[in-house]
Amino acid sequence: MDPLTQLEQQSIFILREAFSRLDRIALLWSIGKDSNTLLWLIRKAFFGRVPFPVMHLDTGLEFPETYAFRDALVADWGLELIKDPCPPIEETDPSLPPGARVAARKTLGLRAALARYGFNGIIAGIRRDEQATRAKERVFSPRANDGSWDSRHQPPEFWDQFNTRPPAGSHLRIHPILAWSELDIWRYTEREGIPLVPLYFARDGRRFRSLGEIGITQPIDSTAATIPEIIAELTQTRTEERAGRTMDHEAEDAFERLRADGYM
Amino acid sequence: MTDQRPLRVVMVGHVDHGKSTVIGRLLHETGSLPPGKLDAVAAASSRRGMPFEWAFLLDALQLERDQGITVDVSEIRLRAPGRPITIVDAPGHVEFLRNMVTGAAAADAAVLVIDAAEGVRDQTRRHAGLLPLIGHRQVVVAVNKVDLIGFSAERFAALEAELATLLAGLNLTARAVVPVAARDGDNLVAASPRLGWYRGPTLLQALQDWPGPPAAEDQPLRLAIQDVYKFDERRILAGRIESGQLAVGDTLCFSPGERRSRIASIEAWPPGTAPMAAGAGMSVGITLADPIFVERGEIASHEADLPVLTDVFHGRLFWLKPAALGRGDRLTLRLCTQETVAVVEEILAVTDAARLEALGTGAVPANAIAEVVLRCRRVVALDDGRRLPRTGRFVLLDDDGAIAGGGIASPAGHEDLRRRLVRKADNLTEVASHVGRPERARRNGHAGGVLWLTGLSGSGKSTLAGELERRLFDRGCQVFVLDGDNLRSGLNADLGFSPEDRAENIRRAGAVAALMAQAGFICITAFISPYRSDRARARQACGEGFHEIYVQADLATCEARDPKGLYARARAGKIAEFTGISAPYEAPEAPELVVDTAAMGVEEAVDGLVSYVTRVFVK
Repeated sequence: MDPLTQLEQQSIFILREAFSRLDRIALLWSIGKDSNTLLWLIRKAFFGRVPFPVMHLDTGLEFPETYAFRDALVADWGLELIKDPCPPIEETDPSLPPGARVAARKTLGLRAALARYGFNGIIAGIRRDEQATRAKERVFSPRANDGSWDSRHQPPEFWDQFNTRPPAGSHLRIHPILAWSELDIWRYTEREGIPLVPLYFARDGRRFRSLGEIGITQPIDSTAATIPEIIAELTQTRTEERAGRTMDHEAEDAFERLRADGYM
Repeated sequence: MTDQRPLRVVMVGHVDHGKSTVIGRLLHETGSLPPGKLDAVAAASSRRGMPFEWAFLLDALQLERDQGITVDVSEIRLRAPGRPITIVDAPGHVEFLRNMVTGAAAADAAVLVIDAAEGVRDQTRRHAGLLPLIGHRQVVVAVNKVDLIGFSAERFAALEAELATLLAGLNLTARAVVPVAARDGDNLVAASPRLGWYRGPTLLQALQDWPGPPAAEDQPLRLAIQDVYKFDERRILAGRIESGQLAVGDTLCFSPGERRSRIASIEAWPPGTAPMAAGAGMSVGITLADPIFVERGEIASHEADLPVLTDVFHGRLFWLKPAALGRGDRLTLRLCTQETVAVVEEILAVTDAARLEALGTGAVPANAIAEVVLRCRRVVALDDGRRLPRTGRFVLLDDDGAIAGGGIASPAGHEDLRRRLVRKADNLTEVASHVGRPERARRNGHAGGVLWLTGLSGSGKSTLAGELERRLFDRGCQVFVLDGDNLRSGLNADLGFSPEDRAENIRRAGAVAALMAQAGFICITAFISPYRSDRARARQACGEGFHEIYVQADLATCEARDPKGLYARARAGKIAEFTGISAPYEAPEAPELVVDTAAMGVEEAVDGLVSYVTRVFVK
């Protein structure tokens, strides 16, 4: 079995475990390349269906292209979209650096959605190779009542026997593409023909490598206008994927603090 | 050409023997580090008043930077030419053994890092001892800090001999023992001029030469069912092929239910991508030619090589929980997608993993290795772990997740229950009766069949069964109540109340009820029969005319009634495994009839039953 198929099949296994063991789950859909791959995998796992809601934590600050893409896909694929607006920045922890505070709005938005809809499983498209604290994640990762992550006392996880019991009154995060790399995502997106927000492709010498909100995500210098060109570019570069994300670099532990508080 | 398949490598070994340094330097030597990362590590090191600390690359969490130990598993990819390699850094600290297991179980290859000056220490033995249990048969040993022994060939050879003894005792093979000085990069990627006497591979070379896993496609088929989907008109069984392969048209046997059907199709999305066959590692969806009962947890196999069916087996496990494991302890057992309760029936041997010394046969302390006999509440399908690792290993869990894992040493010495559950003799010819069922039905004025009442103790099964028997008899029906206690005084006199005896009790009751139905009777049974699988087996034994009737009443109502005083005794801890209190009741998913005795009186309930019987049995 080729490596991409191996990753695909393992992700499908994880998604089916989540769907079987948890009764109220939702996909956290950032509309970026990773969660689009995840949506595609969900349709493969459930034979064309997306049998649970997809949730966009909307800060109102996405690029217009991102919103247009979202609405087109919701219509085409018949998605059940939850798009409650996130609480304003004034409600975030003022001790966080400014970029991280923008991101923290999503943490609050997620907390509100959990309370409103009562989900006990949240599927998120994070990957281990994106960021060092994400490298420590489990596939099924328990969260406390307020969504916080106790990275120091994680239960063991082996032989695909996941901890599928959500903590009392709280939820599990499920990470089906944790083992994928950025290059895997691009190669798979190309192989399968998965649709993407056009901002990933270079225009006027710049493109987005990691796509977030306006103001806290910066494009990179690039001429890669097609997926093969992006793959060629990535096999050369040694710059980190999230280098264009303000919140990761404001303080040594900014991202870790965000994640401990419930960020994805 | 060497293997180009991606390889996941776990680094294990004693705390401070330099695992994270080996990884950090390996990343540097292979050009895998992003620009600026070295500066960031230098800055983080000097902020804490330390010399340059390679471990900071991976020890990304704040706690780890401050304490200088790896707490959890970290992963990072090498960018070396050739085979893609992912490095998993597992903590060496004993308190974090659960994380070492997490890392090692996800890896294809293992590197044991040993400090040349300190030699074999507690965690060296512990990690090496755990590797075979987690599924590793081979290791590469990196003898680190050889600068501290002056790059001496003699001292290295002495250490190599010590290691050979250790590994041989654990059934582990060293693919290579590589002398390295990780801090300076010696022998990690390029051969070191300071170690000119060494003729073996560098660490990277040893990993790139690692052989791929054996082809699981060539082993017997084991398809672990995860779920059954009915999104549309198709009924799709979803699961993963753990070993072997399957094709459209194959006849599968689903264990432990032992029902069989042919694969009608393999389903897939997008349309047009469905294959005609699939092999190990694939997450598939299949449809069957017959509408047989299959649920999550069943293992599908080919008739030629079926798994063992048993409710008791020998396991060799590693125990991760701080509290000791003792005889009689009750835990959740998972084996592929099967889940049941298991009781530790015997502890045969306990080994202190750090010293590799026997600890007797008492309780199993944290982080020890033990050989145990586990008795399951229900029959499970499994294999000998040495033959089929994926269906030959199990995990034990408590409320917080996994606390032990192990391999099935051998089901030998325990009866394969397939013979008992399916049928012992294979030279049977079913003798057709000279009087057919329709003839009996015509004479009796009603068809024969089984009314299988199921529900909690105190839900009203026996009361309803007795009243219904009287009313039907008075109407001229051939009717009989099969009573559990009566059966136990005769046919089932050899059975006690252990989980397997209870299952057998229900199996025999189902078989007797089926015979009575064939004889033209309306047979009413009133067993709690809490497990779906047991009731499904009774349904299968009976064939047509089986009616599952859910006598429903909530636990509080049943407990308030408590006609036999059983709930009071169970609450007082005097009855173990009492359904509803300390053992589960699996409510029927699709009963033919539900009688809610919390909402209606006996008269009304019996009226309902009589009218149901009239409708389905009296044509």
